[in-house]
Amino acid sequence: MIKFLLRRTLSTALVLLVVTFVLYLLLDTALDYYADLRQSTAPNIGELYEARARLLDLDTPVIVRYFQWLTGAAGCLVGSCDLGTAWVSGQEVTSQLQGAVVNTIKLVTAATLVAILVGVFLGMVSAIRQYTGFDYFITFVGFLMYSLPVFWVAVLLKQYGAIEFNNFLSDPVVGWTPIILVSLIAGLIWMGALGGGRRRRTISFVGATVVTFGTIYYVLASGWLNNPTFGIVGIAVFSLAAAIAVTFLSTGLSNRRALWTAFTVAIIGIALYQPLQYLFWYVEMTWLWMGLLLIVGVGVGLAVGAAFRGPDPGISARTGAFVAVVIGVLIFIDRVFQEWGRYSAHPAINNRPIATIGARTPNLSGNFWFENLDSFTHLLLPSIALILISIASYTRYTRGSMLEVMNQDYIRTARAKGLPSRTVVMRHALRNALLPLASVIPVDIITMIGGAVITETIFGWAGMGKLFIDSMNRNELDPIMAYIVITGLLAVVANLVADFLYAVLDPRIRVDA
Amino acid sequence: MNPIGGTTPSATQDAAADAGLSQGTIVLRKFLRHTGAMVSLIVLAIVALLAFSAQGVGPIPGWWIHNHTSSAPVVNPGGAPTWTLAQPFSLGEHPFGQDDIGRDNFARVMKGTQISLMVMAIIGATALVIGTTIGALAGYYRGWLDGLLMRITDGFIIVPTIVVGAILGKLIGGPGFSFFGLPLSTYMAPMLGLVLGGILWTSLARLVRGEFMALREREFVDSARVSGASDFRIMAKHILPNSVGVIIVNTTLLMSQAIVLETALSFLGFGIRSPQISLGQLINEYQSAFSTRPWLFWWAGLFIIIIALCINFIGDGLRDAFDPRMKAIPSVRKMDKADRATAAARIAARTEGGASRSSPSQGNPPDGIPPQGNPPQGNPPHDDPPHDEQKGERR
Repeated sequence: MIKFLLRRTLSTALVLLVVTFVLYLLLDTALDYYADLRQSTAPNIGELYEARARLLDLDTPVIVRYFQWLTGAAGCLVGSCDLGTAWVSGQEVTSQLQGAVVNTIKLVTAATLVAILVGVFLGMVSAIRQYTGFDYFITFVGFLMYSLPVFWVAVLLKQYGAIEFNNFLSDPVVGWTPIILVSLIAGLIWMGALGGGRRRRTISFVGATVVTFGTIYYVLASGWLNNPTFGIVGIAVFSLAAAIAVTFLSTGLSNRRALWTAFTVAIIGIALYQPLQYLFWYVEMTWLWMGLLLIVGVGVGLAVGAAFRGPDPGISARTGAFVAVVIGVLIFIDRVFQEWGRYSAHPAINNRPIATIGARTPNLSGNFWFENLDSFTHLLLPSIALILISIASYTRYTRGSMLEVMNQDYIRTARAKGLPSRTVVMRHALRNALLPLASVIPVDIITMIGGAVITETIFGWAGMGKLFIDSMNRNELDPIMAYIVITGLLAVVANLVADFLYAVLDPRIRVDA
Repeated sequence: MNPIGGTTPSATQDAAADAGLSQGTIVLRKFLRHTGAMVSLIVLAIVALLAFSAQGVGPIPGWWIHNHTSSAPVVNPGGAPTWTLAQPFSLGEHPFGQDDIGRDNFARVMKGTQISLMVMAIIGATALVIGTTIGALAGYYRGWLDGLLMRITDGFIIVPTIVVGAILGKLIGGPGFSFFGLPLSTYMAPMLGLVLGGILWTSLARLVRGEFMALREREFVDSARVSGASDFRIMAKHILPNSVGVIIVNTTLLMSQAIVLETALSFLGFGIRSPQISLGQLINEYQSAFSTRPWLFWWAGLFIIIIALCINFIGDGLRDAFDPRMKAIPSVRKMDKADRATAAARIAARTEGGASRSSPSQGNPPDGIPPQGNPPQGNPPHDDPPHDEQKGERR
């Protein structure tokens, strides 16, 4: 196994080396180092040309220059990076990269996680409801999103998601017609997703419509949009709902121990809400703190589950841990949004909270929560743009793979021996259907990094994609090469992880070196 | 109601109707019956016809009164679209509006559609040739050639296509590149198509390789080899026709990727550049005018979406048509209707022949569940290995 992975990594690394060589040669031809001098009418134009050639060492053959660059880049392995300089600004590439890599990873991670979760969920439901109106609807929407040009969506998002939405926030009034329309559509979608007989469909339709209507009405009437926190009541409602949902999905509600575990964890979470607020108030938080609190939360969840004992404490413990994570995230979001009023009113924001440009507001500093909120408002639109285009492939893929699995004999056996539908779908079908996804995700991440090039350019997100485009426009070779090497390395790592995951998850895969 | 488990009357009819037909006819029939694909095909044909006839091709003039470069006096304030629904309905001079210097947006969008469609077709053709060749050689010969070709493929996959596309686009649009001394505007679009086709073939190559690897172990290949067929003949005459489904489906899906890639590159300024136009270039040119002249922005984007969506649906229809496991499965309502009809027929038969007692144990349960049994398995001439996207995705 290790031998196999090593061999694969080595061969991909070699491929990457060759790719950098070929692209170096291509780039050297493609970039026009004298672009700004061509229009120049300066009397000393000849000297300028010569100076430029000297600056960029253009008299040295390109192959020699490649190896010089490679020597510098190879220095990264021993801790002395020299990726060259961006000659227009004279900046070192390594210093340019630092912020850019972090920004891109932030953007791509957020988008990938959401896209996988939503995409897999939609694909699963769509497969279970195969050949129903809901399935056709999801398929159509999937194709539509697949066909959307991201640059077009991004410009639209900028206009409607930021500019118009900020206008809307200052006076959040919506007519009755759109509210009713949205409620009816939500009702239809839920009805399709939940399926069942005529009676059940009617109940889901009416229920979903009323709940959606009530929610929208409450949000608008109470001015929640300008003060978007859950408060302890909201946290309580969501925690209990999460407890039921997590139990339903992971064990089924009939497993009483798991259900009680979930409820206990939820109640502990609600009880800890107020003390946590004090903690957040008196102690300056960091991500390290957040990580520690999350670990503590998971620990509590596991402990509660184990305390319920029973014949299978592992399942209860797992349920408890999931519920704890959900509640932790809810409390985190709640705390971040408590800053909303202060954030909106800040002179640098000027009541236009959704940002269109950049990764953070310049000259804005505050506590941990404040900066997280700032980063969230900036992350929102570029992430939506990325999610929209990549969700479709996950949905299609999960649907196809799920249908394939659902037609297998062992699913029929599971149904025949009387297992509840939930167990068949969640335990027998979904787990197996997700296996091949392990090999799709890395490929998709590479695609997403590519998509980030456009998104970053439009949203002025100072990530690697923007660095790449800017350097292309400024005819700087070194930053482009750095970009290629880094994305290439990411791809190598992603493939390695995929191979590893696949071999670990699927015992049928035997890799012999 | 599980459409997979039981045979429904119409599914049985399908299988019966397919008996004795050639594989090609069955595929064609299934494709023609795929509503989404047929609608998309017609829409795409209309779009292409509109684009090419409105602006003309090469020296042949089109029927539209304006062309994409000439300026005309601005009719509506700001150049807003002139079509009106008020009686009488009329398109007016500039149905899609005008830009800031009075150029007709309809003419520009049509010209852009033309160029984008052309680039897309060239990308598809190039990728088809390269991908099939490389995949076929790698899958057929295996060994070191396979290793080499697959490493080359990996090399293309490792870097995002848009990055390589941008570099190549800049290369062919730059001053250091000339194509037999022709002016840039004449060769830019076809050249861009060739170059982008040269980087989009990777997924096709992998799938074709997988297909060839599976097929070369089959008996008909052995018998061809025994009767003295050359490698080329085996590949071209024996294996290729058997993998044509995978190739067609994936080339189609690749073309939808192609148009999105081309427009994205043109948007970024590394594809088709002003003064030439493509749909992406139009959006790039007009994105800053979105708040003042939104129509300039909407139409170009709409056409990109229409084209990509249609191609995706056609690809989906083709996939279903080529998949031997895929049967035309009627909607739930149709099946319920058919069930009711069968049940009614049974009851009628039973009451009619009540005296003869036609063994009730054979009859259906009264609630109209169709007889259970294995659906007839389509009976393809050679049992294809299941081909879909998932295959060959592992590396």
